[in-house]
Amino acid sequence: MSFEPAKEPAIELVGIDKKFGAVHANKNINLTVAKGSIHGIIGENGAGKSTLMSILYGFYQADEGEIRISGKPVTIRDSQAAISSGIGMVHQHFMLVENFTVLENVMLGAEGGQLLRRGVASARKELKRLEADYGLDVDPDAVIEELPVGRQQRVEILKALYRGAEILILDEPTGVLTPPEADHLFKVLRVLRDQGKTIILITHKLREIMAITDTVSVMRRGEIVATRKTADTTVEELAELMVGRRVLLRVEKGEADPGKVLLSVKNLTVKDSRGVTMVDDVSFEVRAGEIVGIAGVAGNGQSELLEAIAGIRKPSSGEIIVNGQSIAGSDPAMLRALGLAHIPEDRHHMGLVLKFEEYENSILGYHRDRRYGGAMLDLDAIRKQAEEQIVKYDIRPPNARLKTANFSGGNQQKIVVAREIERDPDVLIIGQPTRGVDIGAIEFIHKRIIDTRDAGKAVLLVSVELDEIRSLSDRILVMFAGKVVGEKSGEAGEQTLGLMMAGIAA
Amino acid sequence: MDYFEVFISILGSAIRLSIPLLFTALAGLFSERAGIFDIGLEGKMLVSAFASACVAYYTGNAWAGLGAGIVTAILFSMLHGFASITNRGNQIVSGVALNFIAAGLTIVLGQAWFSQGGRTGQVPASGRFSSITLPGADMMREVPIIGPLYANVISGHNILTYIAFLMVPLSWWILYRTRFGLRLRAVGENPGAVDTAGISVSWLRYRALIVTGFLAGFAGTYLAIAQSAAFINNMSAGKGYIALAALIFAKWKPVPVMFACLLFGFLDAFANFMQGKSLPLIGEVPVQIFQALPYILTCVLLAGFIGIARPPKAGGVPYTKER
Amino acid sequence: MSTASVPLPGWINYGVIPLINLALAFFFSGIVVWAIGENPFEALQLLLVGALGRGEGIGFTLFYTTSFIFTGLSVAVAIHSGLFNIGSEGQAYLGGLGAALVALSLDAYVPWYVTMPFAVIGAALFGAACAAIPAWLQAKRGSHVVITTIMFNFIVSSLMNYVLVHMLIVPGKMAPESRTFLPGGQLPKLDWLIAMFGGKLGAAPLNFSFLIALIMCFLVWVLIWRTKLGYEMRTLGISPSAASYAGIGYSKIVMITMLISGGLAGMMALNPVMGASARLQIEFVGGAGFVGIAVSLMGRNHPAGIVLSALLFGILYQGGAELSFDMPAITRDMIVVIQGMVILFAGALEYMLRPAIVRAYQQFARSPAGGR
Repeated sequence: MSFEPAKEPAIELVGIDKKFGAVHANKNINLTVAKGSIHGIIGENGAGKSTLMSILYGFYQADEGEIRISGKPVTIRDSQAAISSGIGMVHQHFMLVENFTVLENVMLGAEGGQLLRRGVASARKELKRLEADYGLDVDPDAVIEELPVGRQQRVEILKALYRGAEILILDEPTGVLTPPEADHLFKVLRVLRDQGKTIILITHKLREIMAITDTVSVMRRGEIVATRKTADTTVEELAELMVGRRVLLRVEKGEADPGKVLLSVKNLTVKDSRGVTMVDDVSFEVRAGEIVGIAGVAGNGQSELLEAIAGIRKPSSGEIIVNGQSIAGSDPAMLRALGLAHIPEDRHHMGLVLKFEEYENSILGYHRDRRYGGAMLDLDAIRKQAEEQIVKYDIRPPNARLKTANFSGGNQQKIVVAREIERDPDVLIIGQPTRGVDIGAIEFIHKRIIDTRDAGKAVLLVSVELDEIRSLSDRILVMFAGKVVGEKSGEAGEQTLGLMMAGIAA
Repeated sequence: MDYFEVFISILGSAIRLSIPLLFTALAGLFSERAGIFDIGLEGKMLVSAFASACVAYYTGNAWAGLGAGIVTAILFSMLHGFASITNRGNQIVSGVALNFIAAGLTIVLGQAWFSQGGRTGQVPASGRFSSITLPGADMMREVPIIGPLYANVISGHNILTYIAFLMVPLSWWILYRTRFGLRLRAVGENPGAVDTAGISVSWLRYRALIVTGFLAGFAGTYLAIAQSAAFINNMSAGKGYIALAALIFAKWKPVPVMFACLLFGFLDAFANFMQGKSLPLIGEVPVQIFQALPYILTCVLLAGFIGIARPPKAGGVPYTKER
Repeated sequence: MSTASVPLPGWINYGVIPLINLALAFFFSGIVVWAIGENPFEALQLLLVGALGRGEGIGFTLFYTTSFIFTGLSVAVAIHSGLFNIGSEGQAYLGGLGAALVALSLDAYVPWYVTMPFAVIGAALFGAACAAIPAWLQAKRGSHVVITTIMFNFIVSSLMNYVLVHMLIVPGKMAPESRTFLPGGQLPKLDWLIAMFGGKLGAAPLNFSFLIALIMCFLVWVLIWRTKLGYEMRTLGISPSAASYAGIGYSKIVMITMLISGGLAGMMALNPVMGASARLQIEFVGGAGFVGIAVSLMGRNHPAGIVLSALLFGILYQGGAELSFDMPAITRDMIVVIQGMVILFAGALEYMLRPAIVRAYQQFARSPAGGR
């Protein structure tokens, strides 16, 4: 290792190794985190970060290796053992009981006796103290489901502190936060560190690592490939370490030749199921032959915008016009008939039925089309077409009868991309086209998106990967807190866009 | 006839009819609040009725009968737990299976042991819970209105009836004032929160099912050796399902459960009373309407026309720790 | 690592595991038989001989099988859309009213083959009507169909009670049942089918509805795996979010599925009402709707599997009845116990032995390869 902390270690991992069948999730992990510091662990999805943290919190047992806390070896068999070793965890998906009050959630598992009465009193007092010490104010009698997400996360932190956590692990904590909420979280984390707590921050966002951590480890394919002092490293170096080679920042593409408007969104407002406004009075146009990228931190309304255009979510006001026709009240099936294709953000959740065979997924959404039969499915026609797409998109293994779940992430995504692009739509809307996709497939998919543009189609691209937006888009819209806060050309610098995404500049 | 007297007698009978519902619905309350759907309540009631009748018949001791009823219902509850907690089986299917086994087994064993077509032998008086006259009931009888109410509605039930009503505040207290209750409510909403707090989800749910069996044991015992003096074929006769309906109707809360059971018991008593009688203006009301009313009311409630019934969020889903 | 994600070959999943589960169910049922002082092996032998030994036994077995095929299909169709219909019992009961009304109105005027198509439609419509309200409540109000269909079993039971006691009862008779249908309202017995195999049907009520049940199996297979509607149902059943992405209307599919499911359950009534007793009787369904849950589960929700498991339960029913004649200590209700055991082991505990079987399979698969 290139870096040894000067202060005494709060936690040491020595030779941690974990296999799941053939998958080597953690390979000989050695890591030392100093007391009173913030240590970042960064890596792509599937790099093994979550497995490592699950081992620390007792969900899994390491096959080999040792965990030491304050120099002493510990065995962490379950969460109970982790808690008593002074480890607290803030999960990506909050582990809160939604219809309980803050107080009840904080007490759960640390009630201080068979009866609640005494515990309630001491928990109240302790919450007051934590509020005073760390600035973590939450109304103890508020019900969780009525709190905003940022507050809920604060309850998770309070839960850990209430149990006497000295080491706090946060798993992708900003994924669900708005930028101001994230800033507030960072402020809290700094206070905690200054009071002597040790913090491990797991993320795949480089900016966060640079903003808050003291030291950082990079994970790739189950290994820690480097540990650095944050002050001594750069975004570029970390990015390279994460991916393993220079990130391809630019995709070969010619000049755009925008034609007539094919997709137009006017004063669109969309609310989520709880009635919170997610898309707020948004207007823009996408022309034939151009790619319009929507940049933004996850959770700023992009998902809802996509779903509204795709007809999955009903807008509360505003208008969407596809190919000159207003789509108010249309369902996704009618929109497909109008020439709108949709590559959804989450292929597991929406784009594919994982238990279906490949060929069955190759018609999902288009299954009503006459070419696949009338009331009956024309299986020969469907399989023939699926096999053609498999060849054209190099989907592996080339087997239309294989269960979709058995394809890799990249190949699954290709199944979706093939289905949507091969229909020759006029408007293509895309969410996170390369999430969890290997590098080879990324290049392939990017190429297809540009081909679609060059064929004179209108493409709307949503991605939280700024690099992806910048390398594909001809124009970039930035979304923040449900609004489009600015428009830039595809040449806009990362920094400019970054500030806009954080809601600072327009 | 004196309307007040009729009313009093219906009320008394309503209470008697609502007791098995109350025990069973409270039993279901513990299991469902812990996230385990339990349509096997009917079966638990049935096996505990059978066990209590058998033991009371042989020992002549009502309390021994109660003990046997409780133990048997807990055993059945554990079987439900083994299937739906340990083996992550489908909770509905497990409940259906237990109902079948209970319905068949009680008759098969009853026939083998007593040879009376599935009935057990007549339980002697000492093996039954007989009615208790509360102090002063006879003296009060003459006092207008309050007197008959006290003597015929409040007094004159067996001890299990009074235990049933005690179970209501006790259940409330356990659910809302103890550590076990807090954890139980939490595990029915988000077992992940319980697990990450270092508490075993399985053991917690098993304990909830033990309580369920305990209470269902009272229900069966009440049927066999308090309300009657023997086990009779299929004597639960769908009461487990009415109790389930009452539990839903009460939105999974202990005190409303009591009122729902009393309401459904009252409908039953009223139906019995109305058999063959006709109402002024309306004429004869078919007794079947009253039989169906608990279920209809529950459907109307579920449809969201009477407030929103929100079942425990994690109900029916086996907990998988791996992520 | 957990064994849950290890794939097993089809012959283990669809052959070995169900058979072992079944064996366990019989083992524990055998213990009950032994506990009441009878010989379980002798009982099993009597059961099998009773169910399959003679033409008449086979006729009864297939008669019960017919009912279970209908209710099994009813449950399976709902499961493919992700719905758990445990109201087949009530839907079949109300379906009986539909069939009976057709039979009562036509039997005096036309031969059975004219009555039959109307009776099929009547039974299906009434069964579907019984499923319609729970379906609507699930589709539009989000009320859980499991709970509402339970409620409807009881509501229908009360309703039928009223109809039989107050409306269809033969004046002057005590039994709450309709008048006996004339031959024009009865389904013919399938003597020829048993005769083909050299047996005699005797008094067994095996009737034309057996053939209707087999046709329905084929139609359900076509529906689920060969039609676009079936594709939409399966998509919704596996992934509601993918269905919404694909523009598959949730309410529409839930309604259609439940109506088909209820219709199939309703058709079950043809068998006992028009094929056997030739009248509408109280509680004629007798638990067949609940058995349908077990049949569907054991048959892995596939029509071919459903025929096999319906046959198994048919054997249990008929053999159990015979058994109680020969071994008076064992009442007919023993079959209810066995049913319960089968539902428990093949349904609720279906995964219990899977880890052990996976381990055994891995050992088995590894040893020839590793032992070069």
